[in-house]
This record gives sequence, structure tokens and C-alpha cells, in this order.
Amino acid sequence: MFSKTIAQLSQGLQTGEFSACELTRNYLDRISAQDSKFNSYITVTPELAMQQAKAADKSISAGTANAMTGIPIAHKDIFCSKGVRTSAGSKMLDNFISPYDATVIEKFNAVQSVSLGKTNMDEFAMGSSNENSYYGAVTNPWGENRVPGGSSGGSAAAVAAQLAPGSTGTDTGGSIRQPAALTNLTGIKPTYGRVSRFGMIAFASSLDQAGPITKTAEDAAMMLNVMAGFDPKDSTSSNTAVDDYTATLNQPLKGLKIGLPKEFFSADLNPDIANRVQDALKEYQTLGAELKEISLPNTALAIPAYYIIAPAEASSNLSRFDGVKFGHRCENPVDLEDMYKRTRGEGFGTEVKRRILVGTYALSEGFYDAYYKKAQQIRRLIQQDFVNALKEVDVIMGPTTPQPAFKIGEKTADPIDMYMEDIYTLSLNLAGLPGMSIPCGQVDNLPVGLQIIGNYFAEQRLLNAAHMFQQATDWHTQTAPGL
Amino acid sequence: MQWEAVIGLEIHAQLATKTKIFSGASTAFGAEPNTQACAIDLALPGTLPVFNKEALEMAVMFGTAINAEIGKTSVFDRKNYFYPDSPKGYQTSQLFYPIVGLGQLDIALDDGSIKTIGVTRAHLEEDAGKSLHEKFANMSGIDLNRAGTPLLEIVSEPDMRSAEEAVAYAKKIHSIVTSLGICDGNMAEGSFRVDCNVSVRHKGAEKLGNRTESKNINSFRFIEKAIKGEIIRQIEILEDGGKIDQETRLYDAEKDTTRTMRSKEEANDYRYFPCPDLLPIVIEDDYITAIRNNLPELPDARKQRFITQYKLSEYDALNLSADKAQANFYEAVVAQCKDAKLAANWMLGEFAKMLNQNDLSIEHSPVSEHKLGQLLTRIKDNTLATNGAKQVLEALWSEEDEVDSIIAAKGLKQVTDTGAIEVIVREVVSNCDKQVQQYIAAEPDKRGKMLGFFMGQIMKASKGKANPGQVQALLVPILDELC
Repeated sequence: MFSKTIAQLSQGLQTGEFSACELTRNYLDRISAQDSKFNSYITVTPELAMQQAKAADKSISAGTANAMTGIPIAHKDIFCSKGVRTSAGSKMLDNFISPYDATVIEKFNAVQSVSLGKTNMDEFAMGSSNENSYYGAVTNPWGENRVPGGSSGGSAAAVAAQLAPGSTGTDTGGSIRQPAALTNLTGIKPTYGRVSRFGMIAFASSLDQAGPITKTAEDAAMMLNVMAGFDPKDSTSSNTAVDDYTATLNQPLKGLKIGLPKEFFSADLNPDIANRVQDALKEYQTLGAELKEISLPNTALAIPAYYIIAPAEASSNLSRFDGVKFGHRCENPVDLEDMYKRTRGEGFGTEVKRRILVGTYALSEGFYDAYYKKAQQIRRLIQQDFVNALKEVDVIMGPTTPQPAFKIGEKTADPIDMYMEDIYTLSLNLAGLPGMSIPCGQVDNLPVGLQIIGNYFAEQRLLNAAHMFQQATDWHTQTAPGL
Repeated sequence: MQWEAVIGLEIHAQLATKTKIFSGASTAFGAEPNTQACAIDLALPGTLPVFNKEALEMAVMFGTAINAEIGKTSVFDRKNYFYPDSPKGYQTSQLFYPIVGLGQLDIALDDGSIKTIGVTRAHLEEDAGKSLHEKFANMSGIDLNRAGTPLLEIVSEPDMRSAEEAVAYAKKIHSIVTSLGICDGNMAEGSFRVDCNVSVRHKGAEKLGNRTESKNINSFRFIEKAIKGEIIRQIEILEDGGKIDQETRLYDAEKDTTRTMRSKEEANDYRYFPCPDLLPIVIEDDYITAIRNNLPELPDARKQRFITQYKLSEYDALNLSADKAQANFYEAVVAQCKDAKLAANWMLGEFAKMLNQNDLSIEHSPVSEHKLGQLLTRIKDNTLATNGAKQVLEALWSEEDEVDSIIAAKGLKQVTDTGAIEVIVREVVSNCDKQVQQYIAAEPDKRGKMLGFFMGQIMKASKGKANPGQVQALLVPILDELC
């Protein structure tokens, strides 16, 4: 049961092979038995889950069920869920019970999916290893003492450890794709504006985007069908019509033009990873696709631009955590300034503080033009690179990460080294383009991810390309040793 | 040494939208603390703003009313600062691209001349909540009902040279926003607040002196007092060889003085940057044209109409049209009594005096337009003499009664029977022998001036009820008989 995909579970529920209650109970039992090894959940909600499963079973027997009805899902603890602690992985919100549901949660509730609980994450989604969580690091099921990636590390580890058949994540610079790559999963970051950000605790508003982490592209398509769509509560959400992402999964890839950015295959790339990616590209050629070398000349500027824009927005977004209205407040403040200083000093972790400082500095009077404005100009150049490239090719492919899962503690001392993790992923967030990561082999028994990048709102095409690859290969069916 | 003051005003007009600028919560004044603050106003994690189009329409109405440039693309920026009544830790405002650009309006000065004052810009922003310092020992309460109320901040050029000009400008803006119906103009409730920027320089000098800003002044009288006091303070410092610190000051109405609130060194670095949660507001020419074509009658146009339609003097027309409520009241009174000049005299005379004495705005007048109209009708049809009419107005002020029943109850009906009046005239003349002798002794062309005494005595003897016109008509021949 635990190795089944969402598509298979959906079929099992429809045919009455098992009920949503049985399925949910099994997952809850497995979480309580196994998760101490992985620490993938911050909060498990068994009562809520069973209640939702019961209601789902009613709809299934009444014949009013959706393909996602009764499917247990784990949600990144960045989505506000009514009546449930929503911590964003921070001490600051350890006591925060959200009084409302995020739009993403509402949408899963509307189709009666079952919420198992809230997954671990880097604090306020800032990190690439899930080591920046107030609730502790998460272990990658693929290797003891290996990180699962971040910031959606808990969401990835939970699916990889079969503690949920699918999960939600968010991706500001690679936080869905990189953990998916490091845990042999499929993850998609949709086009900016495709999924509502309402109720998703903001890190960097112009970059944040929610998406699913699953075992297969088909499952990702099923989940994205629920998540995508215009939301009047999010002014930046798009009212472009939503495609049925499952409808075109099986389209043949003959004639698909794949662009290979030479900047993604440079010396920084682990050669073994490069080989796995090349193997995958050969497979695509077998499927009828054509390869073409392209250039994204401003790729090298992505990290510096990103680490101005994201912290600048974060420094402002995180100002609301001041001890006045909700969340952590220091004990016995002597005055207002003392309350602010100690509340924020105690409530935020090191990486969050680092980014608030960087962002505050970048926006300061006299520095705005040199940093923030310049970074925005670079952002437009990077976007233009992609727009130009995507005139010549249908999709762009390359590695998701420069190396496989690293050891817990390996990079914590060097933030820049950690930031390099996202070198291939974060330029998409700057451009607002959709991207996904799918398993394409292993290096030293650690999974490798292939990144697929598409044009705005081309999620259908990405999922189709991913699905056809998964029909021809079995990398995605491999599970972590010892499961 | 001749000094010259240079004054510019920043006016915050609360827009009369039903709901807040970025949320659906009500903007009504005076509710229990925090009952009109929704998740967005409380800045709960994950919440996002949605721009209220009603506020846009109102801002564009103002812009077209002062013939200003309208920003086809205007952008919301975040103004970052920590304060407990600023729930997000930033205020959403417009710095770089405001909705209303350069415009201008005319003010009438006391000497009858007209001066044009430039409006630099007007931008949309959200109001903060309120800190309540009195109610709680050693603590402050925060009421976020006002947080998110839309404000139009109207910034003038430094075109004013005296407190009187500044007040005339503020009154003009007040009359425009209330005539447009975009602001209730209630200064006591904080719907219309004024920041006064004041500097002084030698007359004829080009360079501006260091300025101070006196914030949040909420009455026209206080604006005048604050500016006058500030001009004197600055001149005294400069004449003593000192220099003016650029600082923010607070006007204390009780002490009638301004004091330092924060110095330039303590000024915040607001770290403005474009709000990534809101799209730029893009408006079309058609939208602006439609608003321009549907503007209600503005104070200047109404003044002109009063002059032509009611044959009022420039002075009366200006004073009756400046305030929308007063102008509406006036027109209702005219409609009832059919005498525009009589209505103007009473509205600006006796009626205005009573409002002033009771410190009431016209909206809170205990005497309705209808009753004042009835009263004036009774003057017009000679039922009441002026003196009697004043007594009726006083009675109307304190009791709920009809004009005619007050006249009857108080016996104020004017005596118009010539025979009865002649009896009184002859009686007074016979009792004032000394004055009659003086009258006889006077040169004929000086006699006219002496009639006043007899008129007064006769009116007194008739208890104010004799018709003054008839009295005069009878008095002169009776006196002349004696000569």
C-alpha cells in the first residue's frame, strides 16, 4: 500500500479495494512508528485526518468523489491551516494556531483530500538542507546523516520514506525541486502566479510559489489540478485558464526541442551527475526529442541577484513578527524596543537573521540603487535570457543540483557554499518560469534529479515530458534502501 | 530684517470607502477595539492585500477635480518601520509613482485676491491603527480598527506664505473632498488631518530655510495657531543667532505650542521598495474620462452658480459654497422660503452665530433646513419682525416645536394694523419731549439720523412686534407735524 502512487491509491479507493479511513489509519500508524527516524513532520493531525477520511468515504460511496478524494496528503508547515499550529519551522510561530485556511489547504479540503499533518522545513523556507528548522534537521531516507534538501525537506522526506503518498511544498529558489532531486522524487514549481500564495507564509513574495512533491509526474499532475487557479485573494495570482494536467501526459515527445544551457554543464557540476543527466538526455532522444545547445549568459548573476531580492523582500515580510499580535513574545520586556529586540532575537534562527540583516542593508537609504535596483535589472536580464532561449526550444533541461545529497552539518558553516546548492534552480524563480525535477539515476546510491524548465504556463508540457520519461525508465520507482 | 514664512501642507484625507483599502473589513468609525480588523488587517502570517477599486476611483476623482496629471501606472511601495499600531511592520503607500501628479487650485485671500497653490502629488496609502496609552497601567493597548483605512495624502507645493493662506488652502481641499463625497471631512474623528511644513527665510531670499513638520493637526483653528507659533519660534531662534533643526514636531492644542517629536537624526530610514504583493495599478484614458464627466459640482462651480442663480455677492457665494453640507442646507432653505438673499443673510448671520456659540457643525444643527425655511417665510410674509424671528430661532434651538406654534405661544406675531401702530407711535412721541425738541431744533438734513432713537423706543414699546417699515412710514409725518 505504501509504495502505491496517488493514481493507484485513487483507483483503489474508487474500486473499494480499501477505504479512505483504512488508508489514512495505515499512514498515521506508519508515521507514528517510523517518523522518529526522519523527523519529517512537525505536527501530525490524526483526529482531523480521520474525520476528513470519514467524510471522503461518504463521498466515494455516494459517487461524488474527485480523483483526489480520500488521498492522504502532507502539507508543508508554511500553509496556514485552520485550528492547527502553523509554525513555518520557526520558534517565532511555535505557538501560532492559524484561524484560517490557506487557499491551497482550502482547495484540498474542497476535493476532500485528507491532511495527515504539517511537514518540517527550513525556518521561513530559508535554507537548502532543512537544517535551519527550529524542530530539528530532517534525515534523508536515502542516506543516514544525509540532508533531504530544503526548504521543503520534510515534505520530500515524508514522501520518500512513504509517510505520505504526496505532499505540498513551496519553492522560492529551488525549495521543491532540490529536495525532490535529493530524495528521488518528482517535484514541480509552477509558473509564478499559477498557485495562490494566500495563506502561504511569505518568504520572498515575488519568488514564492507552491507545488507538489510526489513519486511520479502523473501524481504531480493530479495534485496540481487541485492546487492551480486564480484566487481573488492573491493579487499576483494569474487568471490564465488552468489546463487539465493529466489530460496530455501521454502525448508522444517526437520533435520535442530540448535546449541544453552550456552554463548548466560547467566545471561546478559533479561529473557523475553530468553523466546521469546525459544518460537521461539520450533517453529523450530515443523518445524522439531533439537536443540543442543554448546559452543563458546571465546565469552566473542569478545567485548574487537572488540574494539581494529575496532577503530584501524577506526583511519586510518578516517585520510583522514583532511580538505584538501573535507568535513569540519575550518575557517581561522593559520597553517597546526591548520587546522588539528580544522577541526577534529569540524567535528567529541564525539564517533568518542573516537574511533580514542582508535585506535591510540592501534596502537602506543610499544602497537601494546599488543593490536592490541593480538586482532587479539583472533579474530582467535573466528573464530575457530564458524568453529568448524558449523561442528556439520547447523545454530546457539540465541538472537540478550540482551534487547529490550532502551530509548533515557539512555546509552549515559556509552559507555561500550552501547557497550554491540552488545555482541551477533559482534563476527560474527570478524569471517566474515553471520548472520541475524528476529522478534520473543515482550517484553513489544517492538520487540525481533532472531539471525540466518550460515557458510560462507550460506545466502541461513539463509534466508530459516527465511522464513519458517515467514510462520509459524506472528510476522514479526505486525506493530508499531499507524501506 | 523682514522675514518670510514658507509653508507647505500634507493633508491626509480618509477616503469614504465602505471597506478598507486592502481588505473587506468595514471602515466605520467608533466600533469596539479590534472588532473591525480582519486577518489581513491584523497582518496574520500568509495574508495578502487586495486593492479596493473604490479607493482608486476616489483618488482619480480628486485628481481630475484639481486638474492634475493622473498616473496611468501607479505603484504601491512598502514604507518599512516598526511600531505596534503598524501591524505588518510596514505601511503600504506610494512613493515613486503616485496616482495623482501635479495639479493646482485657487484660494481666495482676505483682501479679495486669488492665489494659485500647487499640489505636488496625491497618493494612496493605508492608515495605521491606534495606540491607546491611557487605559492600561504600564502597558499600551492597540486598536487596529483604523488600520487599513484608505488615505489620500495630498502634498502641496511650498506655495503658502502665511498661516491664513495655509488655512484657506486646507479649507479649499476640505471643501473639494467633501463636495466630491470622497471624504466625510470630519476633523474631530481624524478623517482629515494636516501636517504643516514651515520654514522662514529673509524676504527676497531664494534658498529655503530648514523646515519643521508639525504633524496630525485636526482643526483649522489649530493649523493657524500651530503655524503662527512656529513662525514666531523660528524667527526668534534665527534672530538670536541660532539655527533651526530639521525635525518633526507635535502640536499640543492645550498648551497651544509645538514640541519636538523626533529629530532628523532619529528619523527612520523607511527602506521603501515596490510592494511585491500588489500589481501596479494601470488605468486607461476612458476610465479617467468617465470619472471626469461624472464629477459632482465642485465648490468653485457652485459659487459661480450661487452668484448667477441667487444673485449673491462674491463674498456670500464663497462662504455659502465652501462647505458642501452648508451649501446643501442653504439651497434647501432657499427652496422653502423663496428668498435667496434673506436666506444668505440668516445663514451667514444669526444662524452661523448660533452654531458657533454652540460649537456645532451644520450637520448637527438642531434646527433643520425645513424649519429655518419656515422661519424665513414668516419674515418674508411680515408675520415676524427681525427681533421676533430671533426669538423664534432661539426657541427652535432648544425645543421641538413648529415655527407657527412658537409664534402663537410667544405672541410674536408682528403688528401690521396701521391704526394700532399709529397709537404706539404717537404715545412714544408724546413721552419723549426732550428728543422731540432736539429733533425740531435740528437742521432738516440732520433729522434722519435722529430717527433711530424713536424707532428703538417704538419697537420696544411694541415688544418688537410692530413692523419696522410701517413704523418708519408713520413716524416721519408725525414728527414733521410738530416742526
